[in-house]
Amino acid sequence: MRAIVDQWPVLLREGVAGYLKGFLSPTLVEVLVTAAVIALLLTFSAVTVMILVWLERKIIGRIQDRYGPNRAGRYGSLQLIADTIKLLSKEDIVPAAGDRWVFYLAPIVVVLPALLIYAVIPFGRGMILTDLNVGILYVLAISSLTTVGILMAGWASNNKYSLLGAMRAAAQIVSYEIPMVLSIIGVVLIAGSLSTVAIVDAQERVPFVVLQPLGFLLFFVAAIAEANRTPFDLVEAESEIVAGYHTEYSGMRFALFFLAEYMNTFAIAALGATLFLGGWQWGILPPYVWFFLKSYALVFVLLWIRGTLPRLRVDQLMGLAWKVMIPLALANVFATAAGISLWQRLFGA
Amino acid sequence: MEVAPESPTLESKTDRVTVNLGPQHPSTHGVFRLVLTLEGETVVDADAVVGYLHRGTEKLAEEGTYQQNVAYTDRLDYLSGMLNNFAYTLAVEKVDGMQIPERAEYLRVIAGEMSRIASHMVFVGTFAADLGTYFTPLMYTFREREAILDLLEMLCGARLTFSYYRVGGVAADAPPGWVDRCKALMERLPAKIDEYEALLTENEIVLARTKGVGILEPGTAVSYGVTGPTLRASGVRYDVRRAKPYSIYPTLDFEIPTATTGDCFDRYMVRVREMRQSVRIVQQALERMPKGDFAIALPRNYRVRPGAAYASVESSRGELGFYIVSDGRIAPYRCFIRAPSFINLGVLRQMTVGWKVADAVAILGSLDIVMGEVDR
Repeated sequence: MRAIVDQWPVLLREGVAGYLKGFLSPTLVEVLVTAAVIALLLTFSAVTVMILVWLERKIIGRIQDRYGPNRAGRYGSLQLIADTIKLLSKEDIVPAAGDRWVFYLAPIVVVLPALLIYAVIPFGRGMILTDLNVGILYVLAISSLTTVGILMAGWASNNKYSLLGAMRAAAQIVSYEIPMVLSIIGVVLIAGSLSTVAIVDAQERVPFVVLQPLGFLLFFVAAIAEANRTPFDLVEAESEIVAGYHTEYSGMRFALFFLAEYMNTFAIAALGATLFLGGWQWGILPPYVWFFLKSYALVFVLLWIRGTLPRLRVDQLMGLAWKVMIPLALANVFATAAGISLWQRLFGA
Repeated sequence: MEVAPESPTLESKTDRVTVNLGPQHPSTHGVFRLVLTLEGETVVDADAVVGYLHRGTEKLAEEGTYQQNVAYTDRLDYLSGMLNNFAYTLAVEKVDGMQIPERAEYLRVIAGEMSRIASHMVFVGTFAADLGTYFTPLMYTFREREAILDLLEMLCGARLTFSYYRVGGVAADAPPGWVDRCKALMERLPAKIDEYEALLTENEIVLARTKGVGILEPGTAVSYGVTGPTLRASGVRYDVRRAKPYSIYPTLDFEIPTATTGDCFDRYMVRVREMRQSVRIVQQALERMPKGDFAIALPRNYRVRPGAAYASVESSRGELGFYIVSDGRIAPYRCFIRAPSFINLGVLRQMTVGWKVADAVAILGSLDIVMGEVDR
């Protein structure tokens, strides 16, 4: 009974695959089943964005002593659908002198990495699209691609302010990648593998947040900067004075940028839960429930921060990354390596 | 107009970009246009363009009777409406040599100080919003501002453009129960101000964005004619309520908050402390308010004695003064308005040049200008 509740997605997949293998070739079955899982993941990310946007508007509303949307559907649940319909019906404006194809492609290049990260996040034992043995490296590499999309958007808008905003955003993302990578190295050293599944398994007895508190803090802060959330949301605030990189975008193209932002938000919360909070472990509750609880706890902290803190100035932001976080992250790596080496000497392997 | 020279140390010629802030500004200060010349991230020139809200108030005042003109003055510093009325009626009464009943004086001071608190709440909220806090402090301060505005609505029927004062007193007496409600609100306010301070005053990011930013030297401030919390944040203890006392202020016990550095943070702190002092003033005035008339009954189209006088009050933005010249007709011959926001704006360029773009927004916010006053 217990096994069924915990593992029903895996059982379902195996069951369907087994049944289909009866009359189809095995490779075709694999392809079909994987395609189904991918479709599921895409749906899941879309639904997650809906939930996240709803959560954000309600939670930030409550932080601000007001209700948040509560007219469209019960508790404002259909608000995002209403907003999407509105966005879809807007006129599609493309800057006349801009670079057309780059303009069209930029939102897609920004959304794709956000979607691709979900491929290596374990929702439970065996519930992962693909257990790459370089899972974390894949995640970090993919998230760098967002920068390209942003630069494309800034360039194609044919607007010097957009370009300035895009370059600033690119500088921010690139700068904060380094502390993010360094903070994860500590986790990788302890787990002994880059695979997300192996990292979750390595937290069987104790979550890495206990062993790597500094790493967790650095990862969390760097991840907020990667996702362009407050207090690092210069990119959006840019619109106050200098037009941000997505100003020339209207309707659904604009929606794609914000889709990307919320997918990124959930992705970094899920990553944080996987790398530091133990992923889908431990007992009592089904694994996927744990996973969602932990991810949404981190999402809540992200929203809480958004509703409370002001924005950093550009040079303060860069100063924080290069002068504070990178030295701390390096120190963390050295300390972790030294700690592991000491542990091995004292207690064997 | 001199502009900072191109940086000589850069080899490649840096482009100077001209950026236009406003007049439709997502930040809060009304229809204000600031033309910034940027070299990379740094502001090298800041040119303020005003006049988008000019309505010819001073000229219109020459057409309306003295009592009618009170309504024009509401629209000057519309965030603290009562204090504009105060300055105008004070000037007219000074020209005429009128003495108004004591109860009216108390009602004026209470309404004026409550208006000041409300205005500073707008400042705290919008300043925090300028820094990027996504409106959370704004929602909190506006919650208390609503409480104050509800009380003022009970008093005179309006929430923004009060027209409560009249030449000779005020328009109406406080309704029954109003004084007790006011006292109850004043009891609650200090705790709420603590709440705003808890969120902002020791916040690392707020400190990083405002400490040392946009420093105004006291000498510069005085030579530009800056008044109000901006001046006091630079260390100059000039407050019209103490320097040129009027109404019942000499009998009230309150402090003039000042600061030492004159950066954005000091301008914020001075206003927060002024809110607390205003609460003190209102509490004292509510205690001591005597019974009596709320105004002198003046005939319709009252002709003010010929003469000229200047009277000023400490408005939430600085020294708001009116110079009224009367020639015995039913309308003033001339009504000149010394608008503190307009004069304070003169120092904006000094303060902004050399800082980054994001700082320009913070500095403008910390000056706390209202376009109604700047443009008249």
